[in-house]
Amino acid sequence: MPQPQSEPISDRISVLISEKLGLEGPLLPILHAIQEEFGHVPQGALPLIADALNISKAEVHGVVSFYHDYREVPAGRHVVKICRAEACQAVGGAALAEATLAKLGVEWHGTTKNGAVTVEPVYCLGLCACAPAAMVDGKVVGRVDAAKMTKLLEEAGA
Amino acid sequence: MRIYVPRDSAAKALGADDVARAIAEEAARRGQTIEIVRNGTRGMIWLEPLVEVEDGGIRRGFGAVEPGDAAGILDGSSAKALGPVEDLDWMKRQTRLTFARCGVIDPLSLADYGAHGGLTGLRRALAMSGQQIVDEVKTSGLRGRGGAGFPTGIKWQTVHDAAAPQKYIVCNADEGDSGTFADRMIMEGDPFTLIEGMAIAGIGTGATKGYVYIRSEYPDAIEVMQQAVRIAREAGLLGADVLGSGRAFDMEIRVGAGAYVCGEETSLLNSLEGKRGIVRAKPPLPALEGLFGRPTVVNNVLSLATVPVIFEKGAAHYAGFGLGRSRGTMPIQIAGNVKHGGLFETAFGMPLGELISDIAGGTASGRPVKAVQVGGPLGAYMPVSKFDTPFGYEEFDGQGGLIGHAGVVVFDDTADMLKMARFAMEFCAVESCGKCTPCRIGAVRGVETIDRIGRGDASALPILTDLCETMKDGSLCALGGFTPFPVMSALTHFPDDFACQKEAAE
Repeated sequence: MPQPQSEPISDRISVLISEKLGLEGPLLPILHAIQEEFGHVPQGALPLIADALNISKAEVHGVVSFYHDYREVPAGRHVVKICRAEACQAVGGAALAEATLAKLGVEWHGTTKNGAVTVEPVYCLGLCACAPAAMVDGKVVGRVDAAKMTKLLEEAGA
Repeated sequence: MRIYVPRDSAAKALGADDVARAIAEEAARRGQTIEIVRNGTRGMIWLEPLVEVEDGGIRRGFGAVEPGDAAGILDGSSAKALGPVEDLDWMKRQTRLTFARCGVIDPLSLADYGAHGGLTGLRRALAMSGQQIVDEVKTSGLRGRGGAGFPTGIKWQTVHDAAAPQKYIVCNADEGDSGTFADRMIMEGDPFTLIEGMAIAGIGTGATKGYVYIRSEYPDAIEVMQQAVRIAREAGLLGADVLGSGRAFDMEIRVGAGAYVCGEETSLLNSLEGKRGIVRAKPPLPALEGLFGRPTVVNNVLSLATVPVIFEKGAAHYAGFGLGRSRGTMPIQIAGNVKHGGLFETAFGMPLGELISDIAGGTASGRPVKAVQVGGPLGAYMPVSKFDTPFGYEEFDGQGGLIGHAGVVVFDDTADMLKMARFAMEFCAVESCGKCTPCRIGAVRGVETIDRIGRGDASALPILTDLCETMKDGSLCALGGFTPFPVMSALTHFPDDFACQKEAAE
């Protein structure tokens, strides 16, 4: 059941929308701006966007749900992305990912019980020559082994 | 004393920020005045963070540096000294045209850029007609570096000839292929070369607006490109009056949202328009009906970033390198299980085996090489028996492979090729845009079929082969159409990995 939007939040969303309306093809920039501020794209934003762009709410939903990046609910306090692609697999990336998920007791996209860490797969960070690679809240890490991962997770409070 | 500490994300991922901080602190403690320049990477990723100290015009390298090495670097006593960077074997053996400035200059200094040949190409182009610009690109033999290898000049000609009130230049920076990082490197290390290339494309084809669509997985590249565009606009390199020529070209950076398929040009255009990144059927070609239905040049980062050097040195100079119909140089990215991973730009024609054994020094694990995937997740797994294949579009095509974006991922003999084939199908299933049936459903069935083979069901083998044929012939774009490359190459060249599971089950 979606929460009804309180007035200040929808006001803020409207401001974010209007800031991007002058762009050609503004929908993705609008969604990025909303997600950056709120950590996800709240359901309540969809009718506001649809209204501003003169498209249907279904079309907005279609776009939000198509792209892996947009969240419908907030993530944990930190997001750890682990690369699953081939170059990382060539140097033990798959085992590292499996061990990490098992250790935290989550599946891909899952969040630890204390809400500290969400683990997501990513398909290539362009760090293929210093694999396995991961990204913690936008900060890249290379040659991640079990010890490095443990340290990253500790820092994130998992 | 000027000290270079790369800001490239691979260097950062290996601790470059901490190293830069340690050097600054150590210098302050000694009361020594130094200037730290955050350059791009030279491409020797195994030596990152690679710190360079400039002395008398010579840059001496230290690598791989840790924060504790700061004192030794400042007084020159560090055991990690490599000598002059330009003299290192990896650098000397390259022909750096596209990446000539990457790792050398401060990426966000237009003065540095100009001092190293930047803007010479654009100034020359501004004195030419649109047709002359297009002809120069045709003469250079430049082909799309994103993977398809379509002649760039022909694409530009179509847009040049199309009449429309608005045309666009779209740069595809949605480099999602595993094993490739050249786009990221050039955007972080020499962003003005991409901007200059796009401006030349705009002036040549009559397009006044450009977009760079960068994948969200590259936050550092996005930041550098955004700053570079702002600097270029303030300096009059972009805007209503490009370098005082009276001609207009401006551009914007746009950020993707994590969909691999948006690296396909038509789904990228849909994404830029604010739609789901669904593939469009061709025709109409984007060159005639592209972004918002207008004539659009869609080129990869490397294609556009190579344009300035073609105009600086002349098309004939560029075309003088290469092999057969693959002209010029290719920035090859060597990754995975290798001793020396990184970016190596060289003329087309170097045999694959030389790259792996000689340049990259073999595997990091020291075990024998089993397979090499060239061209990203849609590229074939090449066995050691194909190591004499020269690096070129037609040459790889003739061996049932593709060079794609020139990413080379090395696997040692512990790799399980059935698992890799399964991963290729799984990846296709996750990333399929869903428009065409062979890709959307075929990839899911592919995973199931490979699982059957894994359980020892040999009757599933012909089904997998048949499914791959269907995906290859019936898919709208390269995602579904090329996923059979890694799957079938794994099956064909490494049948033991598909058979031993069966024996184990029996």
